[in-house]
Amino acid sequence: MLNKNIYLILIISLVFAISFWIGFNVNLLPVEASINAPIYDELFKILFIIGLIIFIGMTIAVIYSLFKFRKRNDQIGDGIALEGNLSLEIVWTIIPSIIVLLIGLYSYNIYDRMGGMKELNHNHEMMSSNTEKIWAGISQTSENEIAINNLSIEVSAMQFAFLFNYPKGNFITGELHVPVDQKVSMKMESKDVIHAFWVPEFRIKQDIIPGQPTILNFTPTKVGKYPIICAELCGPYHGGMRASIIVEEESDYNEWFNKNKKPEVNL
Amino acid sequence: MTISIDPQKTNNESLQPKGWLRYFSFSLDHKVIGIQYLVCGFLFYLIGGSLASAIRIELASPMSDFMPRDVYNQVLTLHGTIMIFLWIVPVVNGAFGNYLIPFYVGARDMAFPRLNAVAFWLIPPSGLMLVASYFVEGAAQAGWTAYPPLSITTPQSGQIIWILSVLLLGGSSIFGGINFIATIIKLRRPGLKLMQLPMYCWAMLGTSLLVVLSTPVLAGTLILLSFDIIANTGFFNPVLGGNVVVYQHLFWFYSHPAVYIMVLPAFGLVSEILPVHARKPLFGYTTMVFSIMGIVVLGLVVWAHHMFTSGTPPWMRLFFTIATAFIAVPTGIKFFNWVATLWGGKISINSAMLFSCGFIINFVFGGITGVALAQVPFDIHVHDTYFVVAHFHYIVYGGTVFIIFSSIYHWFPKATGKMLNEKLGILHFIITFIGFNLCFAPQHWLGLNGMPRRVAEYDPQFQFVNQISSLGALLMAISTIPFLINVFLSLRNGKDAGDNPWNALTPEWLTSSPPPVENWEGEAPLVEEPYGYGKEISEQK
Repeated sequence: MLNKNIYLILIISLVFAISFWIGFNVNLLPVEASINAPIYDELFKILFIIGLIIFIGMTIAVIYSLFKFRKRNDQIGDGIALEGNLSLEIVWTIIPSIIVLLIGLYSYNIYDRMGGMKELNHNHEMMSSNTEKIWAGISQTSENEIAINNLSIEVSAMQFAFLFNYPKGNFITGELHVPVDQKVSMKMESKDVIHAFWVPEFRIKQDIIPGQPTILNFTPTKVGKYPIICAELCGPYHGGMRASIIVEEESDYNEWFNKNKKPEVNL
Repeated sequence: MTISIDPQKTNNESLQPKGWLRYFSFSLDHKVIGIQYLVCGFLFYLIGGSLASAIRIELASPMSDFMPRDVYNQVLTLHGTIMIFLWIVPVVNGAFGNYLIPFYVGARDMAFPRLNAVAFWLIPPSGLMLVASYFVEGAAQAGWTAYPPLSITTPQSGQIIWILSVLLLGGSSIFGGINFIATIIKLRRPGLKLMQLPMYCWAMLGTSLLVVLSTPVLAGTLILLSFDIIANTGFFNPVLGGNVVVYQHLFWFYSHPAVYIMVLPAFGLVSEILPVHARKPLFGYTTMVFSIMGIVVLGLVVWAHHMFTSGTPPWMRLFFTIATAFIAVPTGIKFFNWVATLWGGKISINSAMLFSCGFIINFVFGGITGVALAQVPFDIHVHDTYFVVAHFHYIVYGGTVFIIFSSIYHWFPKATGKMLNEKLGILHFIITFIGFNLCFAPQHWLGLNGMPRRVAEYDPQFQFVNQISSLGALLMAISTIPFLINVFLSLRNGKDAGDNPWNALTPEWLTSSPPPVENWEGEAPLVEEPYGYGKEISEQK
């Protein structure tokens, strides 16, 4: 009996060890390029390890049973007439409930750190007196952020392109340029069908809906060029609906901005 | 109020055609209808599978080069619609439900045999109509979800035919659901208590409740959508002041429970198969019943987890995260109970057993990614990507389709009187299991790294992994060959099965194979312990 328990403990610790090793050493995610990304990857790692433990454990249990309790050729008759075990049932109701609850609370915490639970403070000047209802995207804020430095961009999506309007510079581009380490706030609306704004390296996505503006805030942390991908089926060329986001140093960004800037036209 | 049902009158034998012609008739025999559902569903599975192969051929190269882009969208729309509404839902509910439920409750037929036949005969015309819509002006191309405004702006005839077809199939599903509830509640043999029913009855009771509660919502939604398309109303059309997100709420109010309509019957079927081949009672009968009902209740309040990026308010995201994650608890209980059923048994390793164990492994994997997807912050990155595609194929293919095959190996001897060939069956399992995992496991990585779903073209960096996935799809296509050979060979010259080849205790095995028209020559047997393996009980024959 003692021997059996030692084997069981050995196997369980081996499953845990393998799961933790894979969880910490196998990276399944792209580059982290926003303040959202490391938070996301932390959640991913935890879920990955818990998932691996459960999956490897269950698979071993099934394969072991098939092997150990297989019917030998000379055997007839049935297995043991065991119809249930109340304490076991209670154990595998309560433990998963606790795990699920803890995961839920933890992901709430992650979501809060991503800014998902905050009031959206999109500072487009023309919207201050506007009463239209804005639906939430992610309102991402870093702790030491200076709120006045926000960059506001208006995104409009159509079959099959994104257009980025810089109200302060009075120009529109098809390529999104943003300065690194600065909070960007986007108000997005679609001109035709539903699209979605997805930057995998930022771990953010928000649908762009016709007749219903949505907001997405993010802070890029790594200079580079990343794809903007439409993730919602929007028609035949959906797979080709791409744009780029270029994260650059503030000086480079300012240079680009000033080159494209157009004078205000008062009608 | 009592409803008098006299199945003897409804099944007037002399009016029914004999032999194989029965399967092309408006037969009222639940066993004939069950087989009609199964064969019809399997034919549509072959069509849906061919469409899936076309998708995987297109995705073997990064460019959109195998078919035109709008045809690609039609193919993926038809693939989803056919696999859900014409293969999985009719087969796990209609086919096995019709065949088994009357046996399990000790009845000679379903409660409403005519309604039953109508429910089946709605399926072939609506399925053919759906496939034929390709030749009109192109089939629907807005995905099986048909989100407006895309579904309003794409070519209209295909979309309207799609709506009509799904409405008919939904009607068929509701008829079936009402029939199962009535049969399980009202047609039970005297002396048979609810808590003595085989687990599949409980699963079908739960499933049918979901069908009856949620399918009408889909029907209403699609009718409103068709008004938007034909009559220029503005329910979901933003140009006319409609709200596109309301459609998503209404659609998922049905379509999330639809997942449980596809997997709960599979949970029931595997609960019948495992005890027989493991020679052990089903572990934890009572908790299994409660966990089914728990899944039914929770399944109705989780729909918005499909809409975490649609612009839902934060409190709503939080509620649906918790509710969704909690479904893992009753589902987990069932899986632990199945493994406990295997534990200490005398397991026959045959095709039915292997497919059931394959189901457990695949579904646990899909369930784990499901709990992860329920977490809002996790979902926001992978929503609408190949990660989600991989997840739901692990649930509906790795889960339910594996159980459909397992059930065919298990009940084929009963329905035909012939055994299926075990060697071919095990070959079928091995190719399916390897092909399936090769096809869908790599797709998780694709989704995490930036490949959205429903695209005909992608970044060249994803080509290698996509080709692995396509190779897996090829193996899955090949795997149907040994299966079909097996079925035809066994029908012609398979080994005689006898009445009860597995020495099973559930009531369908206590009659001849194939069973007579009214199921038993004499009175229906009273089976008080359908899982009484390993006990010194008097044989219930």
